[in-house]
Amino acid sequence: MMIEKIRKILKDHGRLNKDPWALDEAADLYQAGMTSHASVNVMLALEGEFEIEFPDHLLKRSVFESMGAMRDTIAGLTKGS
Amino acid sequence: MSSHSLSEIVSQTRAIAQEIAAKHAADVDRQARFPSETFEALRKARLLTAALPKELGGGGANMAELAEMCTALAQGCGASGMVLAMHHIQVACIARHGMGSPFFRKYVEELVERQLLIGSITSEVGVWGDTRSSICACIRENGHFKLDKDATTASYAEHADDLLVTARRNQDAPPSDQVLVLVRKADRTLTQTGTWDTMGMRGTCSPGFKLTSSGSEDQVLPGSFADASAQTMVSYSHILWSGVWLGIASDAMARASAFVRAEARKNPGVVPPKATHLAKMSAEVQLLRNSVHGQAHEFDEIMSRPTGMEELLTIGWALKMNNIKVSSSEMTPRIVHDALQIIGIGAYKNDSKLSVGRQYRDSLSAALMISNDRIFSKTASMLLVHKDD
Repeated sequence: MMIEKIRKILKDHGRLNKDPWALDEAADLYQAGMTSHASVNVMLALEGEFEIEFPDHLLKRSVFESMGAMRDTIAGLTKGS
Repeated sequence: MSSHSLSEIVSQTRAIAQEIAAKHAADVDRQARFPSETFEALRKARLLTAALPKELGGGGANMAELAEMCTALAQGCGASGMVLAMHHIQVACIARHGMGSPFFRKYVEELVERQLLIGSITSEVGVWGDTRSSICACIRENGHFKLDKDATTASYAEHADDLLVTARRNQDAPPSDQVLVLVRKADRTLTQTGTWDTMGMRGTCSPGFKLTSSGSEDQVLPGSFADASAQTMVSYSHILWSGVWLGIASDAMARASAFVRAEARKNPGVVPPKATHLAKMSAEVQLLRNSVHGQAHEFDEIMSRPTGMEELLTIGWALKMNNIKVSSSEMTPRIVHDALQIIGIGAYKNDSKLSVGRQYRDSLSAALMISNDRIFSKTASMLLVHKDD
């Protein structure tokens, strides 16, 4: 479910050169063409969609490099809320 | 191999700046020629591997010391300072990202032994100044690579021994999936496509070139340029360039001070009218100096922590690098302008002892080396997610 929403956000804002539904959860999104500028838009859309705020220490490449990494981070942030 | 103590590295650089770089600076500027005398001296003093850790045979200088080196050299000749800064950046990329590779470990030994000068080609026709995007690809076959690139500016390329070049990882990779490739002098041809008749930084000799190169696949720096860029190239560039600009500003300050002191000696007991402007200028120079030193020390502090490399990948650090770059590049021309106002005609004349023409023209390149407008737009976008918490 969460991955589905992430795929949708990537489709709208990730500017990937591949269809997000054709990508594995662990696929490297930067290698799929996501620029650092596009990743900021992905971060904003994720914050809006999941009603979260990424703390600054999580604003780094590794957190947004794959759908799986995003899901784990978001799950960590929403746990107990 | 090197037995420099750390402050010795800076004092040796200062001596070369005063005795050699400053002497040739006007001629280097006038003829837009490479400052060969300065680099011969740096090479002899084994200062071209200052950025390599001691265990790899280098000088073991940290960011603070590298910045001081760049400042010291730029006080004598801005173009020399900039070439040294660019060279340190390339060496740092290799030392910090290549040591998992037997090829690069061996290469570093050669670097120490021969004191090679490394240039850089990150620009490319068609990417409009976006260094994080490449059109050319590192084409790999049977353990070899071929790499051809049409560069808009190639830093002192003809005077460099070897070059670090950005390219797409392979033929199929998207523009943002880049690698750094070490191109050896014997394996490259450079066809000049433009001129280098610039306002300033004329001695960096960085016209456009078409590069044709090949080599062993081992020469591709391990990992991705995205990480090398965030963890090393951007930090070293923005801090060391700022160090260079601080050197230019300090040179202008020294000229303005000399002028005011000479005025004061003519009429002891009366503070010369321009001394008040000098007082204002000295506050600006201090602000710039503290900002450059503070940022360099913060980098060294981060690198002293085991999580250092990871911390450099955060948006928070990227913002700091953007801010140091834009602020020091905007302050420097203002400071040189102050010197011009204080000294007056003596600074305006190109053949006067207190001329600041070269310093002024050199300082104007600062805002263009990775355009400040581009950086502000990236900062604006990052501030949308950064909380500064």
